[in-house]
Amino acid sequence: MFQGTLIYGFVNSVTLALIALGFNLTFGISGVANFAYGALYILAAYTAWILLTWLKINYFLSIVLAVIFTSFIGGLIYRFILLRVRGMPISEVIASFGIGLAILEFFRFLGFVGSEYTLPVFIDGSVSLGGTYIDVQRLLIVGIGIALVIFLWLFTHYTKTGLAFRGMAQEERTALILGINSDKMATLSLAFGSGLAGVAAITILPLGQVAIEGGYSALLNALAVCIVGGLGSTVGVLVAAVLIGFAQTFTATYIGSHWMMIVSLVAILVILIFKPSGLFGKQKELEERI
Amino acid sequence: MEHRKERIDRGIKARTEDIYALFSYREMLYLLVPRVIPILVLFLVTLLVGVYWQKVLISTAVFALLALSWDLLTAAGMVSLGQALFFGVGAYITGILNHYFNLSPLFTIPIATVGGGVVCTLLLLPVLRLRGIYFAMVTLALPLMLVRIIEATKIFGGTEGLSGLAGLPSTRFELYLSLIAVLAVLFFFRRLINTDYGLVLRGIRDNDRSVMRSGINIYWFKAQALFMASAVGAFAGALMTHVYMFVGMPVFEMDYSILPIASAVVGGMGTFAGPMLGAFILVPLSEALRGVGGLRIVIYGLFLVIFTVALPEGIFHYFQRKYHQFERWVKVEK
Repeated sequence: MFQGTLIYGFVNSVTLALIALGFNLTFGISGVANFAYGALYILAAYTAWILLTWLKINYFLSIVLAVIFTSFIGGLIYRFILLRVRGMPISEVIASFGIGLAILEFFRFLGFVGSEYTLPVFIDGSVSLGGTYIDVQRLLIVGIGIALVIFLWLFTHYTKTGLAFRGMAQEERTALILGINSDKMATLSLAFGSGLAGVAAITILPLGQVAIEGGYSALLNALAVCIVGGLGSTVGVLVAAVLIGFAQTFTATYIGSHWMMIVSLVAILVILIFKPSGLFGKQKELEERI
Repeated sequence: MEHRKERIDRGIKARTEDIYALFSYREMLYLLVPRVIPILVLFLVTLLVGVYWQKVLISTAVFALLALSWDLLTAAGMVSLGQALFFGVGAYITGILNHYFNLSPLFTIPIATVGGGVVCTLLLLPVLRLRGIYFAMVTLALPLMLVRIIEATKIFGGTEGLSGLAGLPSTRFELYLSLIAVLAVLFFFRRLINTDYGLVLRGIRDNDRSVMRSGINIYWFKAQALFMASAVGAFAGALMTHVYMFVGMPVFEMDYSILPIASAVVGGMGTFAGPMLGAFILVPLSEALRGVGGLRIVIYGLFLVIFTVALPEGIFHYFQRKYHQFERWVKVEK
């Protein structure tokens, strides 16, 4: 029982980290809090579903297409809407939130509600892990999550675009001096973040069903993890995901699954009282920047 | 570009800015017309329309109150994405007082207004230390989570809610109460923001570091602004509870968060009259658009995007400019 809780807690942590990575990446690089994140997450899942069910495209191919489509949409959102209000946090928040709302509620309007909207798992079946049965999809989430983190680390340390991303994140004006086009990088960062949202959706959602509410809760989870970890800090995201993930699973097992949602709220409030910049908020002047 | 548009204040505007407003009837009318005519029109409309549109006007007034409260928060640099929090807390306090303690609306509404303000301020107190998007994030999260708490613990009627609450004497009474509340809040906020106190609030929005440097405790001022805004929101919730004679999970719905923001953005932020105007356009419009059903929220979302990007000043600023200034094309000097 206890061992099972530990394993599921770990899976839950990786799930949270996957959800939060994209949001965190976009915020860390361009400073845009993408409130359309949850909508992009669901958009990827519905796109994959449409490609798979209506157009009968191979599952693997439709996944790839859905992720590419989502990141394309993310880039478009920045290029045509957020670019115009860059630097005005109030307008950024309202505009991106409006986009997210429009996308999510449009799917609801089209009637994408119900139990038939499910994505198939990649590999069916379950394995026994020291006496605890766990389905292969959950193991895949862990695998993909870890692979993504390693990929992101390599990407931001050894490629030109990745280095430019980090340059932007550290000091935008200096990056500009060194010939880094900040608008282009910010567009790319939004596209990247949205693509990560797509990857997260397509790995995680086969476990449940695709629903509009999933978009809102994905956004909330991403926000909770990022606030607790410190906005813009990847290490923070990972640590916060582990903390919240285990806390959620333990709450669900020992207190009741209804209380799971409250864990992240309590975590946010506690962290804001004791360390407002988050666990690993790198910018010490975070209070001034946000 | 040979010509540019030049905007110059009308002479009468300059004349009405001081004691000279009492110069003649013309100056006094210039000041009175934009304030009195809308109010008169509003009350004339209430006399002419049937019960159905009276109900619509009540909910319009409720959304206008939420929009005003949103605008006050924004004026102090706090962007709220969850006006439903204030609304819902006020509504639940009223419901609880009426259902479990049998208090009459005469007591529940004032208690819920003040109590709701206190509860929301305390809930959001930790977030006040940070600016901008943190506040937006937490206000977005709180109403959604409170719904889950009520669903999970089954307190206060759980998913069923509390029904059979006391109603107010008549629809007309509800209508006038809500409209008077809107106007009172509107004029109070408009006056407040132009006092020294309001200057501090606007200073916090524009540059909170420099306000701190002046030896002012910005957290204390933010908490006060938050209390005022959430009390107004809670009053709206309390009123709506007695109008529907029901309180339940729908009070935390997205509608109560989105419509006020959309109203403020469409009407013009920072003027208080703008958000109210926006509410009086959007709510009846959405009532008329009932046929499209779920598409409503999509339309609000698009309104938010289009207005923030293409017309950030909003409708009210546009009219205000036309009223106070005249425009002419002048040659650009090379």
